Amino acid sequence: MLAESLALSAALFTIGVVGVLTRRNAIIVFMCVELMLNAVNLSFVALSQVYGATGQVFVIFVMTVAAAEAAVGLAIIISIFRHKKSVNLQDINLLRG
Amino acid sequence: MANEFLPLFYTFHFYLFSLIALVSAIVFVTRKSPVAAALWLVVVMFALAALYVMLNAEFVGVMQVLVYAGAIMVVFLFVVMLLNLGHPSELNDIRGRWGRLAAGLLGLALVAELMALSRGGVAYNFSLPAAPKGEVLAGPAGVIGPIAAPLFREYLLAFELTSVLLLVAIIGAVVLAKKRSA
Repeated sequence: MLAESLALSAALFTIGVVGVLTRRNAIIVFMCVELMLNAVNLSFVALSQVYGATGQVFVIFVMTVAAAEAAVGLAIIISIFRHKKSVNLQDINLLRG
Repeated sequence: MANEFLPLFYTFHFYLFSLIALVSAIVFVTRKSPVAAALWLVVVMFALAALYVMLNAEFVGVMQVLVYAGAIMVVFLFVVMLLNLGHPSELNDIRGRWGRLAAGLLGLALVAELMALSRGGVAYNFSLPAAPKGEVLAGPAGVIGPIAAPLFREYLLAFELTSVLLLVAIIGAVVLAKKRSA
């Protein structure tokens, strides 16, 4: 089932990339990033079947970093929403210069 | 796992959960409402948890349900409902035709590249290294033991740094989301 898992992981990662590129809602873009992290986790788990449990340790680390990233990212989104009254990425152009 | 006992049963359910994950991911990306998108992403994560259990990673499957579907997605839904993002003006957030076309083409190129790489078809320099000999998983220590041993031995420094990272994330989230009163 290794090849099937890696293929599913590639497909899920690609769906996440397409979502990041096509959506303008910052929260949905964030959720697409979470989907990409999940796809990479699936690769880790599938390969840990062959190469030992170290891959699953990395999955734990990825989940922790994803939780931290979600907390900080959503705090940033709340902060931006207070200023701009919007989470549309088109309206967030403060650094455009 | 039951891979060696009931191969047809195992294969059927592997493909079933893979199909659920793929279809839910596509539906998730195309939903306009953030709440519906978040709930479809939860379906993807449950299907992935089932796949983790089938791939001999029971602990990771439990963590997937607890941390991802249980904690992270609840935070997402909480923020969506806190900011009250269900208005029709906020709903039209999908990019125009050229943006979608470019993203679709880039996605097709990416999935072709990843498929080719995962099958070792592009360059044999990138092929996977040889598997170690002998039993690699499911030793006498049970499900959590093979994960806990490297986590608290070789990766102890990374584990401690992760705790510092979580502390920084907590403080950062509080500071960023706090109202400036002064």
